[in-house]
Amino acid sequence: MSWFKKLIPSRIRTEGGSRRSVPEGLWTKCPKCEAVLYRAELERSVEVCPKCGHHIRQSARRRLNQFLDPEPRTEIGGELMPIDVLKFKDSKRYRDRLVQAQRKTGENDALVVMGGRVKGVPLVAAAFEFGFMGGSMGAVVGERFVRGINEAVDKKIPLVCFAASGGARMQEALISLMQLAKTSAALARLNECGLPFVSVLTDPTMGGVSASLGMLGDVNIAEPNALIGFAGPRVIEQTVKETLPEGFQRSEFLLEHGAIDMIVDRREMRDRIASLLTMLTQQPAP
Amino acid sequence: MNLDFLEFEQPIAELQAKIEELRRVGSNAELNLGDEIEDLQQKSDDLTRSIFSKLDAWQISQLARHPQRPYTLDYVERLFTDFQELHGDRAFAEDAAIVAGLARLDGRPVVVIGHQKGRNTREKVERSFGMPRPEGYRKALRIMRMAEKFRLPILTFIDTPGAYPGIGAEERGQSEAIARNLFEMARLKTPIICTVIGEGGSGGALAIGVGDSVLMLQYSTYSVISPEGCASILWKSAKKAADAAEAMGITSGRLKALELIEQVIEEPLGGAHRDVDETARRVKRVLLSELKRLYRLDPESLIARRYDRLMAYGKYREGEE
Repeated sequence: MSWFKKLIPSRIRTEGGSRRSVPEGLWTKCPKCEAVLYRAELERSVEVCPKCGHHIRQSARRRLNQFLDPEPRTEIGGELMPIDVLKFKDSKRYRDRLVQAQRKTGENDALVVMGGRVKGVPLVAAAFEFGFMGGSMGAVVGERFVRGINEAVDKKIPLVCFAASGGARMQEALISLMQLAKTSAALARLNECGLPFVSVLTDPTMGGVSASLGMLGDVNIAEPNALIGFAGPRVIEQTVKETLPEGFQRSEFLLEHGAIDMIVDRREMRDRIASLLTMLTQQPAP
Repeated sequence: MNLDFLEFEQPIAELQAKIEELRRVGSNAELNLGDEIEDLQQKSDDLTRSIFSKLDAWQISQLARHPQRPYTLDYVERLFTDFQELHGDRAFAEDAAIVAGLARLDGRPVVVIGHQKGRNTREKVERSFGMPRPEGYRKALRIMRMAEKFRLPILTFIDTPGAYPGIGAEERGQSEAIARNLFEMARLKTPIICTVIGEGGSGGALAIGVGDSVLMLQYSTYSVISPEGCASILWKSAKKAADAAEAMGITSGRLKALELIEQVIEEPLGGAHRDVDETARRVKRVLLSELKRLYRLDPESLIARRYDRLMAYGKYREGEE
């Protein structure tokens, strides 16, 4: 333990065990460069490490909070609750997993959708909650996404989605697979109405979410160094029986291969998206 | 063990072996064993009926992947005339894991698209076990757009373990290729009928599976992940595949009950591979009746109806917290 760490009282000292999440407290540590950061400062930099630029995974609500103007905001589809149609049980019951995820995240499913504004530009914004069963897409996620689109179509405003998901939710089996078709069909409708969809892919966006709404943006944006792809790296490694190239399935790799339009630093996300949306809708600059 | 039969079919295999034996003896000697053979055949049929009346999800997924199960081209041969295969995505490559082309169904031109697995080792490799790369999906989309242009209905046949998981496939946008098909198929102004004939493996299956009517052969499966994959993630052991198959409800009967598919096409006794001609006849009958129904709709109501079907997927509770 460094001399500096010893100075921090043990109750707020962060240990290696919680590398992924950002623990509450006065001080926190960047999971990438391990720099000890002042919590308030980290929040000011929208959870991007000021030392190394690492984009720390964010909860859906925190992300929307930082992305949207403070007023006005209305949540869409928040009243929808998941049900266990299949009575699915593996080592644990799906119902118990849901309750556990709800307690852990304070959300009742893995997508939060809000109507609001970005730098005065009205829009519908959706964000995946990765902490809720890996941001997996089931019936509620699909339906909320569609209701967000319906709102966008009604009000003739654009849609922005921040994806962070392991893919379809296995515990909802084929119902979850059908959410790929459902969300993509709704995006086709948005498209026909001539309304923009900006898809922001954050770490990680894999499987069914990548292979549906994730890749269907008029503009596809990725945060730096996010893992984005269809098949998981381990599955591919087992199939092709060779080690994967450096940086495989990272944002920079996707940009190089033409899958995304740009990589945007989270600290510039509001400005860049507001600018894109006003141009796509022929409005004056924000 | 007789490899033409699955493990749970071995009692049937034993009876069949006996019948074969009797036939051989009967043709050599001047004995009349006809009655005895008929008797045993009756027994074998009864046994098959009894075994097949209570198959579990795991047994059904073995049937869906049976090495002798008819593949897309086996149906193409039996259902259609004048089949002309069309190749390539016009951008990068031809992908033999998906076959596509024009054909006539009872004289009427249609577009046919399906996953194709290989029969022998060489063909299996050539067709990468029916696992398409992005080019396969892009070829399918190109030909579906052509179908729309010339107002031809689209008939798809689904039979894949899933989209190919490889470095090149990722580099060339596997996710985008699948997503684009889902997006476009929702709006194509021509009837689309999708039939799951074997394995409906996840996004790789759905990418040619969005349509006006989704049919499943009785012993085919359709799921978000393979039973083995699900088991290794949720049970931490691929050996629990049978449990995963049961839990996910991947069989035609359960999916019909969940209203995720339109219709189940019953298979001949012992499964599609026991009588391919009869299976094809049944598939054809259903396709013709579905097409007749869909032809009555003008393009706008067809698409509106398809959209409503897609939006109805998935149940949830509406209430306060």
